Amino acid sequence: MRYLPLTPEDRRQMLARVGVSSIDDLFEDVPAAARLDGLVDLPLHQGELAVERELGALAARNVAAGSVPSFLGAGAYRHHVPATVDHLIQRSEFLTAYTPYQPEVSQGTLQMLFEFQTQVALITGMEVANASMYDGATACAEAALMACRLTRREKVVLSGGLHPHYRDVTKTSVKFGSVHLDIAEPDPDGAEDLAARIDGETACVIVQNPSFFGRLKDLRALADACHAAGALLVVVVTEVVSLGLVASPGEMGADIVVAEGQSLGVPLGFGGPYVGLFACRQKHVRQMPGRLCGETVDQDGRRGYVLTLSTREQHIRREKATSNICTNAGLCALAFSIHMTLLGEAGLTELASLNHRTAVALADRLARVPGVEVMADAFFNEFTLRLAKPAAQVVETLAGKGILAGVPVSRLYANRPALENLLLVAATECNTEADGDRLASALEEALR
Amino acid sequence: MLNEGRQTRGTGTAAEGPDTWTGARALDQDTPLIFEQDSPGACGVDLPDGPDVANRLGGLERKGAIGLPGLAEPEVMRHYVRLSRQNYAIDIGVYPLGSCTMKHNPRLNEKVARMPGFSDIHPLQPESTVQGALELMDRLGHWLKTLTGMPAVALSPAAGAHGELCGLMAIRAAHEARGDARKVVLVPESAHGTNPATAAMCGYAVKSIPADETGRVDLAALEAMVDEDVAAIMLTNPNTCGLFERDIIRVAEAVHGVGAYFYCDGANFNAIVGRVRPGDLGIDAMHINLHKTFSTPHGGGGPGSGPVVFSDALAPFAPIPYVIERKDGDGFHLVEHVPDSEVQPFGRMKGFHGQMGMFTRALAYMMSHGSDGLRQVAEDAVLNANYVRASLADVMSQAFDGPCMHEALFDDSFLKGTGVSTLDIAKAMIDEGFHPMTMYFPLVVHGALLIEPTETESKDGLDRFIGAMRHIVERAKSGDAEHFAGAPYYAPRRRLDETLAARKPILRFEPAMQDAAE
Repeated sequence: MRYLPLTPEDRRQMLARVGVSSIDDLFEDVPAAARLDGLVDLPLHQGELAVERELGALAARNVAAGSVPSFLGAGAYRHHVPATVDHLIQRSEFLTAYTPYQPEVSQGTLQMLFEFQTQVALITGMEVANASMYDGATACAEAALMACRLTRREKVVLSGGLHPHYRDVTKTSVKFGSVHLDIAEPDPDGAEDLAARIDGETACVIVQNPSFFGRLKDLRALADACHAAGALLVVVVTEVVSLGLVASPGEMGADIVVAEGQSLGVPLGFGGPYVGLFACRQKHVRQMPGRLCGETVDQDGRRGYVLTLSTREQHIRREKATSNICTNAGLCALAFSIHMTLLGEAGLTELASLNHRTAVALADRLARVPGVEVMADAFFNEFTLRLAKPAAQVVETLAGKGILAGVPVSRLYANRPALENLLLVAATECNTEADGDRLASALEEALR
Repeated sequence: MLNEGRQTRGTGTAAEGPDTWTGARALDQDTPLIFEQDSPGACGVDLPDGPDVANRLGGLERKGAIGLPGLAEPEVMRHYVRLSRQNYAIDIGVYPLGSCTMKHNPRLNEKVARMPGFSDIHPLQPESTVQGALELMDRLGHWLKTLTGMPAVALSPAAGAHGELCGLMAIRAAHEARGDARKVVLVPESAHGTNPATAAMCGYAVKSIPADETGRVDLAALEAMVDEDVAAIMLTNPNTCGLFERDIIRVAEAVHGVGAYFYCDGANFNAIVGRVRPGDLGIDAMHINLHKTFSTPHGGGGPGSGPVVFSDALAPFAPIPYVIERKDGDGFHLVEHVPDSEVQPFGRMKGFHGQMGMFTRALAYMMSHGSDGLRQVAEDAVLNANYVRASLADVMSQAFDGPCMHEALFDDSFLKGTGVSTLDIAKAMIDEGFHPMTMYFPLVVHGALLIEPTETESKDGLDRFIGAMRHIVERAKSGDAEHFAGAPYYAPRRRLDETLAARKPILRFEPAMQDAAE
C-alpha cells in the first residue's frame, strides 16, 4: 500500500519493542463483541490509475460550467481564477500545515491571515475581520447570534432579499435557543419596509446587498433606523466582487458584515468548500466568533504574528465560548487573499466594472426577448427575469441544449406559485457576448 | 489545544551568527506585508475591456479608494513563496500533533478534486447535469456508513465542530418530537473544547464527567449522573488520552436506559477504522473528520469536512440536503426541502450541499486504501504510537499505564525540578526539525504532551524522532533550563509575545503603522 511506509519486518521489530506478540494485543480494550475479525464489505485497495479512472468516469457525467454558456449565480459565481492562485495554495507548506498554534513555525499562515483580515476589513469598510468562517451562510447565522449577545436582545429581522439558504441556516442556529426570527416575505420587487419591523426588542436586521434577487439598495436609512432603536445592521454580501464598485456596507452604516468569499480564488466545486468572511466594528471584537490573528514581537524584537484573543474561543472557554467553531476555511482564505493581492486596487475595481457592464449588456439583450421581463433597475452582476413560463421548466429545456440558463427561484423557494416564473441570471467576466446571444435565442425559442 | 502555556516573551539569549544588511539568513527571508509592497498602478491581472454601456448601480458607486495595494504577478508569487517557507508542514517532517491526525495528504486526491467535472460545477445546476456528483456523494456516504456500521449519514457539516452541532441538533429534535424537554449534556473532563461549546449552542447545560485513574470515563460516576434530565452524552472514543473506552457498551446501556442518546466525537476514528464499527458500540451519532482520518489536507486551519453518521433512532431527524437514489435506475436526487413524509429533518446547516471538494478527496483516499488498507491504517497508527510510547516511557512519564491507541500521552512529572516546562520541550523540538506535539491537552493531565505520529511515518523516521526526544529530555534533566527558555533558536521567529498581542490587539495593517516605522 503506497501510503503506508511500515514493512512487515518493521512491524515485527516494533511489536517486539512494544512487548506484545501481535497487533491484536494492542486492541484488547475493545469489547470482544465489537471486534471485527474480517474486512468490512467494501472494495480492496487500488492503484492510482484505477482510482483516477473510476472517479474520472463520475466526473465525466457532470456538465462542467466552463464547457457551456453558464449564467448561474444565487450565491456562487464562476469567475476566472489566475493560475498563480492554484499553484500557490498547493505549496506543501500551506496545504499540509495545521492551524498555526505554534507561531514560530507558522509565520507563513499567520502573516497571510493578518493580510487577509486587513483585505476583508478594507473591502467591507469595517474596522476588523476574523480569519474566516465555513461559508457565507454559517457566517450569517453567527452574526445573528453575535448581535443578540451584543444587544442582549432576542429578535432578529431577516430581509426577504436574503438568500434562502442563509435564512435557513440562521433558522437552524436559533432553533433551540430563545432568539426568535421575524422573516420578511420573499422580495423580488425590492419593496419591503424593514424599518417598520424594528422595535425595542430587535437585536439586528439582516439584509443582503445586492439582494438574492440581484437588487442593489442604499441601506443608509435602514442603518439609521436600526441605530435609533438600539439595534444593529448586519449586511450580507454573497458576491464580493461587487465591493470593487459599490459603496461598502461599512460606508452605509453596517455594524457587522458577513460575506461569501468564493468569488475570489475558489472554484464553484458544487457548493464547497467556500470561505465565510466576517467583519465588524473594533468595539465589538470581543464578541466575534472564530479565530483572529494579531501582530506582536518575538523575543528578539522582530515583528511576528500569533492567534490572539482566544479567550473568546472554545478551546479556552469551552461552554462559555462565543462559538464552537474550530477548523475554519484556512486554505480558501489563502486562495481568496492571493487572488485579491493579484487584483489589487486597480484590478478589483476593473473586475467589478467588467462584471457589471457584462451583466448590463446581457440584461439589455434579454429584455428584447418576447416573454422576458427584466425586473431589476439597480443591480451588480445578477438580476431576476420574469418569464412567460415556469422557470424550472425553461432551465431544463435549455440544459438539454447545452446552456445553463440560470437558477430558477423555485429551486430555493419551493411551493411558491408567485415565484415560479422567476429566473436568476448572473454574468461575470467569463461570459462572452456570444454566450449572451445563445441564451437569448434559446430563451426566445423556449418561450415561444 | 492549550489553555496553559500561553507565553510571554522568552528569556534566553539571542541566537548566534553575524548580522546581514537585509536581515535575511540565506534561504530564510522575510517578506513585508503586501500593504508595504504597494506600487500604485501595478496589477497582477490583465482584463479585457468589456462592453461599453452606462452603469446601472442606482447611484451606489463607491466614492473613495479601497486601500488595496498594487503588485505585479512576479512580486505576488515571490511574496507567497517566501511566506510558505516560514511554515512547518507534514511534507517537511514529523507532525505529531495529538488529536489532529496529521497524516500524509496524497496528491492523487488533489488531482481528482480538480477535474473540471467536479471543481467546475455549480451547486444549483439542473440535477440532470450533475448526476456524477450526486453519485459520488452517495458513494462516499456508503463508505462512511459501512465503515461505521451506521444506517444513515448527513454529509453537509463543514468541520468536526459543525458535525457535533449537527449530531446534537438531531438529538434535541428527537427529544422534542416526543415532547421530552431535557436540559443536560454530559461531557468528560478530557473532552475537546468544542464538545461543551456545541452543547451550549444547542441550549443544553453541560455537566462534566470525571475520569477514573486509568484515564477513562468513571463508569460508576457516570451511572450516578444519568437521569431523565440527561439528553445525551458526548464521548470521544478512543478518548483524548489516546485510550479506548473499555466500558463503552455499558456507557451506552446506561445512557439509553434513561432515554438519552450517545454522541461520539469521531476525531480519533483513525485508530479503529476497519477494526471497530461505532455502530456496534451503541452509538447514535458520530461525526467523522474527513480532514483527519481520510487525509484531506488541513490547509493551515481548514477547510475541513465533518459528515455525521446516525443510528436508526436519529436518522429521521438528519438535516437537509441529502441524496437519494431514485427507483428504477432513474439516477440520483438531492432532497433540498423538508419533505412531506415520515422524516423530520431539523433544518439546514450550511449553504448548498456540503464540502464537495473534500468528499472527492476523501473518496479517492478510501478507494486507494480499500477495506484492507484502511484496516492496516488503524493498525499501523496504533503500532506507531505504541512504538513511540514504549521507546520514551523510560525517560518521560506516561500518563496512564498500559498500551495506548493512536496517540501516546505523557504528563510533565518527568520534568519536575528541572525548571523546564512542557512548553519548553515543545519549542526545543522545533529546533530539532519537528513540529511540537499537542501540549497542555487533555486538561485532565498535568502539563500534557500528546504525541500522535499517524500511520504514515516510517520506522526510520520514528527512530529519528525518538532519538531527538530522548536527547531533549536528557538535556532538560541535566539542568540546562536556560537553553530551553530561549528555544527555539533556529525557527523563522523566536518565542512570540502572546500577552502583548492580546493586551494591545493589532488585528489589521493600518497605514499609520507604516508611517511610524519609517
